[in-house]
Amino acid sequence: MGSGQSLLIRGGRVVDPANQRDETADVLIEGGIIRAVGRPEIPSDCRIIDADGLVVAPGLVDMHVHLREPGYEYKGTIASGTRSAAAGGVTSVAAMPNTKPVTDDPSVVGHVLDKARVGGIVNVYPVGAITKGLLGVELTEFGLMLEAGCVAFSDDGTTVADSGVMRRALDYARAFGALIIQHAEDPSLVSGGCMNEGVTSSRLGLPGIPAESESIMVDRDIRLVQLTGGRYHVAHLSTAGALEAVAGAQAKGLSVTCEVAPHHFSLTDEAVNGYDTYAKMAPPLRSEFDRKALLEGIARGTVSAIATDHAPHDEDSKKVEFCCAANGVVGLETLLPVSLELVFGGIITLPQCIALMTCKPAKLLGIHCGALTPGFPADLVLFDMMEMWQVDSGRLHGSARNTPFHGRKVRGRVKKTLVAGKIVFEEG
Amino acid sequence: MVEMMKSNLWNRKHLLSMRDIGRAEILSILDTAASFREVNHRDIKKVPTLRGKTIINLFYENSTRTRTSFELAGKRMSADVINMSVASSSVKKGETLIDTLATLQAMNPDVVVVRHSESGAQEFLARHLNAAIINAGDGRHAHPTQALLDILTIHDHLPIMGREGFEGLKVAICGDILHSRVARSNVQGLTTMGAEVRFVGPPTLMPARVEEAFNVKVFHRMEEGIAGVNVVMMLRLQQERMAKAYVPSIREYFHYWGLTRKRLALASETAIVMHPGPMNRGVEIASEVADDLERSVILEQVANGLAVRMAVLYRLCTPQSRS
Repeated sequence: MGSGQSLLIRGGRVVDPANQRDETADVLIEGGIIRAVGRPEIPSDCRIIDADGLVVAPGLVDMHVHLREPGYEYKGTIASGTRSAAAGGVTSVAAMPNTKPVTDDPSVVGHVLDKARVGGIVNVYPVGAITKGLLGVELTEFGLMLEAGCVAFSDDGTTVADSGVMRRALDYARAFGALIIQHAEDPSLVSGGCMNEGVTSSRLGLPGIPAESESIMVDRDIRLVQLTGGRYHVAHLSTAGALEAVAGAQAKGLSVTCEVAPHHFSLTDEAVNGYDTYAKMAPPLRSEFDRKALLEGIARGTVSAIATDHAPHDEDSKKVEFCCAANGVVGLETLLPVSLELVFGGIITLPQCIALMTCKPAKLLGIHCGALTPGFPADLVLFDMMEMWQVDSGRLHGSARNTPFHGRKVRGRVKKTLVAGKIVFEEG
Repeated sequence: MVEMMKSNLWNRKHLLSMRDIGRAEILSILDTAASFREVNHRDIKKVPTLRGKTIINLFYENSTRTRTSFELAGKRMSADVINMSVASSSVKKGETLIDTLATLQAMNPDVVVVRHSESGAQEFLARHLNAAIINAGDGRHAHPTQALLDILTIHDHLPIMGREGFEGLKVAICGDILHSRVARSNVQGLTTMGAEVRFVGPPTLMPARVEEAFNVKVFHRMEEGIAGVNVVMMLRLQQERMAKAYVPSIREYFHYWGLTRKRLALASETAIVMHPGPMNRGVEIASEVADDLERSVILEQVANGLAVRMAVLYRLCTPQSRS
């Protein structure tokens, strides 16, 4: 589509939580930008996409994705990762910095953005490392990296364990209003563990990781937020205890938020039975008690975003003994249907569900997307909410197949994904 | 012996754990094992049962008794037995492990006996390869032939205890439960047989949510844990447990959880003492107990281990015995 050409998405159920819209409407796009929503006058040369029977929503925003490039191209690339995103209806991804080299320098940020411009089919927003080399010792150049295009900071994959360093990070970030995202796992409690500690780990004879490894770190960080006034966000929160801490901090008015991953609110550590390495990630799948607490946290509004922690791996990294297997699961293509289970299960409404995957994470990252507001980029997803399908690890669109949802029957299928008015994915 | 073989219910390809092995199946393997014991007391300790069969012992962890036991078991039944010991750092062994197994599988052995330091390694191999696998111990997870030989040993002593079966039999498994595959396989097997199993040891050496996970009673005081029991099964305490703050010292461990004659007196009068070996004298067990042939059945366990492994190898190597 030429930049001047217009496109009408006609007759869909437009769900746009940022504008409190949930009604049958048309979306008019001009030059890759949302022009109007409702019953706009149709320009004469307008292309039309019929969205009858489909939900039309802002393209999803996944604030926690591993694209693996640079450095781990054998696991995934910006091209393959954004292909997965497009197939999942995700139009913006925040790319975690645990690459090789680590995104701990403005030049790496520039490299990722350059690669994304050439090979990426959705918007890529780099997350910078909090500490150089993810070593937890020296801060990275927050200011310069923000100027280069970073949207937040995280040592994801590893924890900023040193209290003094975390204090400085939260404090220094205030100069730029930057968001600090913590992968919260106390390393001394993880201590060689490779799954959640509980009945299943005991039976399987696998070293366990207690839930307290997360809640203790979140508790500590919240005290540091109190001390510094920084903006703090818990990545892939997985335990009842950490959620309770976040809710408590929010009640005190602190700038504390969290995201949850679909695998954590839909699966438990019992998925590890049979030593399935596709069910291995950090933090690990937790107990049913924790899972239910996450559902409550989503319903109550304590949770600000659903994010996948999409982590593609080569087969060799997963086809090993359980303890030796790499952590991580892919999630972009199952994000929408697994999250819709929250709607079908009566936990939240469809607009609330969409908000957790669009305007809310966009707001946290301060990025201009996640809403169908006139003037916003025309990033959209069209999906059939009721269509049933079965997840097949062999038929994913990215490079990796390490999904814990293989064989799961889900509802909700992405039909088209648009980025800046251009179709980047079409089903079938 | 022939009749017993006919009556067995064994139709599995692998022996990976005790998890889904029922009582009838256990009894059937005990029957077969009992029939093989006689072979081990002959002048010429060899039968042609597995002539032409190939057994590979693949050990990624140091082992003397288990490996020797499997080797002798195969040889006494005339199988060709190959031993492979692979030095293992236990880290990033994955591809090596599956490639090694694939290579061995290409030589078409009838069964591969595997010991590995990582829990689940044998289940992983069984999922990806065709070879028949016997788990000779994986990490903390399972050691099914040890459980079977322990059940056989207890079974032998039921008459002395004045019992007809395992129903209501009290068994205390004592010591480092957390790191023990022997404890995990025994609790499954013994519970299946109807025994009442207790775990005894310091809280730091118990698995998480242990009562719920294994349906056992847990005692942190040895005196309470072994009071009135029929079987005291001691576990080895690895010396390196001190380094990770599980227990403070050998001295304190032995003081509170070591099996002494005085403590053993709290158990049933006819109680037997078991240990999977290798023993740490003065750490978990006093020599006065270990060497007391009135109570200690540790060497009988070794002898039964040979018979049980003959039975298991026989069953897995001869598909006709499985039907």
